[in-house]
Amino acid sequence: MDLFKRQSHINFIGMRRHAAILSAILVLIALVSLAVRGLNLGLDFTGGTIVEVTYPKPAELQDVRAALAAAGYQDAVVQHFGSARDVLIRMPSQQAASAQLGDQIMTALTESGEARLSRVEFVGPQVGEQLIEKGGLAMLYTLVGVLIYVAFRFEYRFAVSSVAALIHDVIITIGVFSLFRIEFDLTVLAAVLAVIGYSLNDTIVVFDRIRENFVRMRKGSPSEIANQSINQTLSRTLMTSGTTLIVVFTLYLIGGELIAGFALALLVGIVTGTYSSIYIASTTALAMGVSKQDLVPPKKEGAELEERL
Amino acid sequence: MTNRYPLWKYCIIAVALVVGLLYALPNLYGEDPALQITTGQGDAPPAPVRKRILDLLADEGIAAKGSGVRDNHFLVRFHDTEAQLKAANQVGLALGRQYTVALNLAPTTPAWLRAINAQPMYLGLDLRGGVHFLMEVDTQAAVKQAMERYVNAFRTQLREERIRYSEVTLSGHSVQVAFKQAPVREAAFQVLRNEYPELTFGTDENGGKFQLTALLPQREVQEIEDLAVQQNITTLRNRVNELGVAEPVIQRQGRDHIVVELPGVQDTARAKDILGATATLEFHLVNMSHFPYEGGPNQPVAPDDKVYPKRDGGYVLLKRDTILTGEFITDAQAGFDQQTGGPEVTIRLNSAGGKIMNRFTSEHVKDYMAVVFIENQTQTRKVDGELKRIRSRSEEVINVAQIQEPLGSRFRITGLDSPRESHNLALLLRAGSLAAPISIVEERTIGPSLGQHNINQGFLAVSIGFALVVLFMALYYRIFGLFADAALFANLILIVAVLSMLQATLTLPGIAGIVLTVGMAVDANVLIFERIREELRAGATPQTAINAGYAKALSTITDANVTTLIAALALFAFGTGPVKGFAVTLCIGIVTSMFTAIMGTRALANLVYGGRRGVRLAI
Repeated sequence: MDLFKRQSHINFIGMRRHAAILSAILVLIALVSLAVRGLNLGLDFTGGTIVEVTYPKPAELQDVRAALAAAGYQDAVVQHFGSARDVLIRMPSQQAASAQLGDQIMTALTESGEARLSRVEFVGPQVGEQLIEKGGLAMLYTLVGVLIYVAFRFEYRFAVSSVAALIHDVIITIGVFSLFRIEFDLTVLAAVLAVIGYSLNDTIVVFDRIRENFVRMRKGSPSEIANQSINQTLSRTLMTSGTTLIVVFTLYLIGGELIAGFALALLVGIVTGTYSSIYIASTTALAMGVSKQDLVPPKKEGAELEERL
Repeated sequence: MTNRYPLWKYCIIAVALVVGLLYALPNLYGEDPALQITTGQGDAPPAPVRKRILDLLADEGIAAKGSGVRDNHFLVRFHDTEAQLKAANQVGLALGRQYTVALNLAPTTPAWLRAINAQPMYLGLDLRGGVHFLMEVDTQAAVKQAMERYVNAFRTQLREERIRYSEVTLSGHSVQVAFKQAPVREAAFQVLRNEYPELTFGTDENGGKFQLTALLPQREVQEIEDLAVQQNITTLRNRVNELGVAEPVIQRQGRDHIVVELPGVQDTARAKDILGATATLEFHLVNMSHFPYEGGPNQPVAPDDKVYPKRDGGYVLLKRDTILTGEFITDAQAGFDQQTGGPEVTIRLNSAGGKIMNRFTSEHVKDYMAVVFIENQTQTRKVDGELKRIRSRSEEVINVAQIQEPLGSRFRITGLDSPRESHNLALLLRAGSLAAPISIVEERTIGPSLGQHNINQGFLAVSIGFALVVLFMALYYRIFGLFADAALFANLILIVAVLSMLQATLTLPGIAGIVLTVGMAVDANVLIFERIREELRAGATPQTAINAGYAKALSTITDANVTTLIAALALFAFGTGPVKGFAVTLCIGIVTSMFTAIMGTRALANLVYGGRRGVRLAI
């Protein structure tokens, strides 16, 4: 089987206007949503208490709420989690949060029915603040590390454009979580960092080919060469994204409630990552004026030096 | 040209695979419910005790599947959890509290695998169930305590040396002593400097007062903080041992945090009571001129005295000076009063404590002594929009008794409410008082059924994802696709083997990491195979195409993997708990996939196509 029997000749660089407009719109929507709606931060970041319980029979949320209200927890958020037998109780973080709260809720629920404890999570507010800080730092370190590595292996303009593509991917991925009010927790953050790694992978492959073609092809403008490089790597890009999407989609469907957000972030990230490595990264590098001379390794620098000496 | 690998390369691949298989193998064996019995010192019980345990089980008709001494504990295996729980009750009752009886799941790894140190992967709490606590140590309080000790010591020292000072004050990390005359200050300076070489002394004149300033250097502050965290870890370890947990994890995290992981513990309320409460005892003399005390809690009293509430109601006026604190306690045991039958705790002091107690009580026979129970608790509340940590200290007199005769290093406390209370009090006292207050800042409890559910779902996701990718690759790249599939399979084995060898914690996100690696590991092969196709299209012979495909794809693969590794390492550095598990599997997966996808598939391609000329590549 071969979907790409012949070399494709799609003019990706020619579509850069459209791509730029599309990206700009998406990033804008994401940023506006982040500014207006913010993120639906999970317990890991906000602090607070959640309790997950399992009932032997499908549970009526009304009854659970009533039992909690009777015990003095009127503002508990009660919802089904995964199945009708699993119930998730969220305590607002403004309330006095202490490590004892989970036990008290459990006592209240076991008194009123046959609830069995599945999970309790309590996160102190300071811990959440520290996590946001650490998460932000981790993202920053990753981007800086990538910037340095790519600048070292390629050229600084490639480094800047690959980081631009990464930021584009991260903003859109986080934007989706903001727009649809999907909970953003620690595992989602981990997925976003993994997306950085993944999307970069794609971009590097294209850059690698551009570099190779700059050296090899005598004729052609930089944008022609870039276009050809993208086409040459297209089948690989789509294949790898395809297999990764297959497994991530499997994870999303059957990995369970706890991992769904994580898988969703990867899904969105991989799609945008693939798109950005085709449409954004190389066009940005071209727009910054990358030319042949920047990538062809200067020959015999040492030899000249010797002659002069 | 031909494509052949030298023999040594095949050997490396074969060795890696065999070792990988061996170390991955223990994961296929199941686990037995078991009891893990250790002495209070953390050793395996001696042979007579082991025999007693087995005899007892035989008498009770509980069938044991096997038993033996492993590392530093005695392990008894059972066929089901019902027998395990029943046995735990019986054995625990029979052995008493000199032994710790913990429930455990013992892997059924055969002896020959154990002999090469092959163990199954270490499952995280989200997969096996249990409690995770993150505790914060109030190191500032420890430093403050140390500073207060200096203030007291300075006062005593100067008084003993008959050096007249006007006042001793404490500010931050320094103690100021004020004198009326410079020569007096000079004398004090000589005395204190010799006695406390760790402090930095300085002098100062201020409004006719001659001041001596002793500063605790940052290095010393750090040491006190370290010591406080360390001491807390020791104490927590003792307390966890009392709880009876197999394989607990107690680790320092960062500067002032401690992670406590208790696999299998379900009664978190009790765990928290035992771990979180910083309880200690203080012995105070009762003010005999006001006994029994008639006044209320807010009545003004002499500066030497303080009003304490009594547990059974009412108040009592005690001397402020502490006779003795909980630090001197070496042992405490719950029991019952021979005469009244009420619960009591027998306390044993160390020799220094015994001496102090003896000296004091022989001077105060017929006076009354009170036992004050002090408990520290922490709550976080929102005050005016600001989050405040409120540390409450509750002090309660649990017992007032007349000193009948001089006490020694062993005496009893009576007047407790219930056997459970005496038991818990004894436990807290035994485990020692904590050096600095700690509070739980994070808790995660996972029920055992949810853990198993997570394992099942994770396993299913890995299997289905894996099967789909394998199918896809075989369809798309035919024979070479099969090479890639074999490499993928080897990669999975190697990941599991490395995880088992390192005993790195496998978590749910870790499983997700494995799934992701499966998807991404084929990337290297896709790159290579696409190159080979390109070369073929450009008219290269099959052998040249294979060679060029691998050679040209290598630098791309390296660049792509290094950058992914950068992201994975950042994740590892930032990650806590589950996220770290994800980073670990991602890192391992990247490295092993490089090996299997490049060397492994090349070996297969060389074996199948390498030696022949004029073959048609099925790619």
